[in-house]
Amino acid sequence: MNGVNDFAFKSATVNGTGSASANSLLMEAIFRMGIPVTGKNIFPSNIQGLPTWYEIRVSGEGYTARPPMIDLVVALNPATYAQDIASVRPGGYVLYDSSWPLDPKLARDDVTLLGVPLGAMCREAFTRDRDRTLLRNIAYAGALTALLQIDMAVIEQMLNEKFGRKKALLEANHRALRLGYDYARAHFTCPLPFHCAPLDKTSGAVLMDGNTACALGALYAGATVGAWYPITPSTSLMDAFKEFCQEFRVDPETGLHRYCIIQAEDELSAAGMVVGAGWMGARSFTCTSGPGISLMQEFLGYAYYTEIPGVFINVQRAGPATGMPTRTQQADLMSMAYASHGDTKHIVLFPADPGECFTLTIAAFDAAERFQTPVFVASDLDIGMNDWMIPRLQWDDSYRPDRGKVLDATALEQLPKFFRYLDSDGDGVAARSLPGESGKGAYFTRGSGHDRYGAYTEDSAAYADVLARIGKKLDTAAHALPAPEYLRQDGADVGIVHIGSTAAPVREAVARLRERGVTADVMRIRAFPFAPEVRVFLERYRSIFVVEQNRDAQLRSLLAIETGVRRDQMTPVLDFAGQPMTADAVVSAVTSHLAGVSA
Amino acid sequence: MTSINKPAVRHPSAKKNQIGLSRADYEGGMSTLCAGCGHDSVTAALIQSFWELDLPPHRAAKMSGIGCSSKTTAYFMRQSHGFNAVHGRMPSVTTGANAANRELTYIGISGDGDSLNIGFGQLAHAIRRNVNMLYVIENNGVYGLTKGQFSASADLGSTSRKGEVNEQTPIDPVLLALTLGATFVARSFSGDKAQLVPILKAALTHRGFALVDVISPCVSFNDHEGSAKSYAYVRSHEVETVQADFVPLRREIKVPEEHEEVTVVRLHDGSQVRLRSTTAGYNPRSRDSAYRHVQACIKKGEVATGILFIDDAGRDMHDMQRTVPEPLTRQPFELLCPGSAALERLMERYR
Repeated sequence: MNGVNDFAFKSATVNGTGSASANSLLMEAIFRMGIPVTGKNIFPSNIQGLPTWYEIRVSGEGYTARPPMIDLVVALNPATYAQDIASVRPGGYVLYDSSWPLDPKLARDDVTLLGVPLGAMCREAFTRDRDRTLLRNIAYAGALTALLQIDMAVIEQMLNEKFGRKKALLEANHRALRLGYDYARAHFTCPLPFHCAPLDKTSGAVLMDGNTACALGALYAGATVGAWYPITPSTSLMDAFKEFCQEFRVDPETGLHRYCIIQAEDELSAAGMVVGAGWMGARSFTCTSGPGISLMQEFLGYAYYTEIPGVFINVQRAGPATGMPTRTQQADLMSMAYASHGDTKHIVLFPADPGECFTLTIAAFDAAERFQTPVFVASDLDIGMNDWMIPRLQWDDSYRPDRGKVLDATALEQLPKFFRYLDSDGDGVAARSLPGESGKGAYFTRGSGHDRYGAYTEDSAAYADVLARIGKKLDTAAHALPAPEYLRQDGADVGIVHIGSTAAPVREAVARLRERGVTADVMRIRAFPFAPEVRVFLERYRSIFVVEQNRDAQLRSLLAIETGVRRDQMTPVLDFAGQPMTADAVVSAVTSHLAGVSA
Repeated sequence: MTSINKPAVRHPSAKKNQIGLSRADYEGGMSTLCAGCGHDSVTAALIQSFWELDLPPHRAAKMSGIGCSSKTTAYFMRQSHGFNAVHGRMPSVTTGANAANRELTYIGISGDGDSLNIGFGQLAHAIRRNVNMLYVIENNGVYGLTKGQFSASADLGSTSRKGEVNEQTPIDPVLLALTLGATFVARSFSGDKAQLVPILKAALTHRGFALVDVISPCVSFNDHEGSAKSYAYVRSHEVETVQADFVPLRREIKVPEEHEEVTVVRLHDGSQVRLRSTTAGYNPRSRDSAYRHVQACIKKGEVATGILFIDDAGRDMHDMQRTVPEPLTRQPFELLCPGSAALERLMERYR
């Protein structure tokens, strides 16, 4: 870190004061300069008045995990001055608003203070209070543009794009930007030792958050019914779906909608609506987070047993209980995998980034209909709400939804008799009929015990027969779901297993471990139930590490339960504090365990 | 939920309706409810209504929750898809199903425990959304399947079989529906088929949420003197407010013998319900007077029955959602998926 195209900075502000636009302006400008960049928004569960941070990592090598250290902090929130200044690495910088004196006790010998009178300059330049507050953010962006050698032409172009038609606003933004820029140039040595230099590493990429990508996935998969209850951090997913539908699914002649988005009264109801629409033959989904998953348990078990498709996107946050709604975790693994009472098991797909949020959401709709069962997409707050640099999303126009075994009126007519739960070809999946098609396809969907013919039963053998067949169906699914992805190196004797958003820190950790003489292979699992090759990987290495963001090593438990590999043969690497994981956390856990083993 | 297959017996001379079906074609499995259960009378009235309305069975969906009432969807229209949901959650499933396919006739059958206890929230919000469905509450004030606990509609002071006295105020689904903006509110009595059939037909033809509260005494746990939902009590305290004489336009229009004080209500499919007020000045189009009337009856210890309120101009869920007229399940994929060129253009926004 701390060189050209290899550094991190963060702004510390108060939420509700408009700093988000300055931060995204900086991040996008760096991205447009062709330099890989990541942003992590660390925000409070609040609308206005509490501390908020935005971390931007610039990495010419393309590392996108949370930065290992902060080279520069923009300290604009007096309430967090002490902790913000303490968070800078030795030799780093603190940019603060010198309109007011800084408490000398906060100064550090090993960091350089850069005082910029942001407030005073904006007070002088602008008359309205609103402008004075909001444009202070653009002024610090201007100062950083000079200090970090961000291309001023790119920034100005972006302002033109954003405020093109609002002349007064555009002019004010340009002025504020210049205030900071000119002040920094006049008073400090610009650029700082770490700064940006143009590259060509982002031309095939976009900056997108996972909730937007999941929404696009639902749109492209042909989902027509979305039912949900607002909950952080999933809310922006349905908002995005609605916006895309308004753009692409409104009949141009009539103005009528080819979609139905229902804000339910709670998550129980949202789940019921998904199940009802799925039963009727629509592609339906909900998005929620941990507390919502808890409320949906009964319907999840119902849909499992009655074999109704539906997609449940879980943007995980820090639990248990209300927990920390604006912090990230991967702690709902058990509550998804075996959701609801009785013997159940559910398909769960684990996207690693917004790119996979798009592809795996589509895969989830296909799996749900093919296997006639609820399917989870296990995203998290880090993927869902932060902007990630990902390859441009692609679409193959030959794609057609996999509707699974559905008998239409014609097919039903050819049958002597239709039985809903009769597995005629032995793959565990029985053909279904949709309401409204034909009286011959009519059957009674019931959560109570039923036999293979769809009739109510309290007969032990008939009941067990259906439950066993559904178990077999999920076994079949394990072979057909998105396969694990591997990162292999010659001579590796350590295996790292993980899921989802820990891909970025794990990839970086593997490179750093190699520098320290540890050669590790990586398996990133993308689906539950696990494919048979998961067990093969677990048994191949001297040491297996399971990296995950929860306290109880839930992924390791799932691996032990489902593959039979002993729990104590897998070393957990855990981070459940609610922030995106750093590569450091992985490197230190792996090296200290290996040191203990060899000692 | 138990059911026994009933042999379909069709007598060649049995009267057929306009789509060539006899009443037996609208029957379902054999009831496994207690002999004399009010719910079976409701089932019979439903079958009569479907038959008279020429409803194609496969174009209907039978929705229910959990409880004695919710079992009854197995006892009619065997050629319809049925959905026995989790307890109290039938409204949300129906909402989702209706969102996906607005063309089917949705028949929701629930009970007082299913609707007013565990499912109270879902019922309320389905009413607010004005989901186009018939919603029958087979109301007996008691939990039958778990053997006689009070439900939320049990009257104040009524006693259970074991002698317990109910001290909690009851929830009246009719007052609830009127308050929440329901567009069709009616009440009847399971033993009064002559009144119930026209009400059910009017409710089935109404576009929007049609609540029909049917007092349906429980012979095992609530049909005794201390109960306000026993046969004897209801028969002696019933006050019929509005008599409905439902006349679809495709049949001969019968003019009621007494045609003074007749209110004609045009339904969305062009058919009409004729409401005859037996109480002078009763206006089935006024939510306020309906509310006052029902409360006045309660004060007198009487049960107001009949069609109590109709708003045939209400906007249903799909109107509010501005959904296309063809069901979402029938939209061609090409109209749902924007395709690769659109995605390419979209990507420019994220650079």
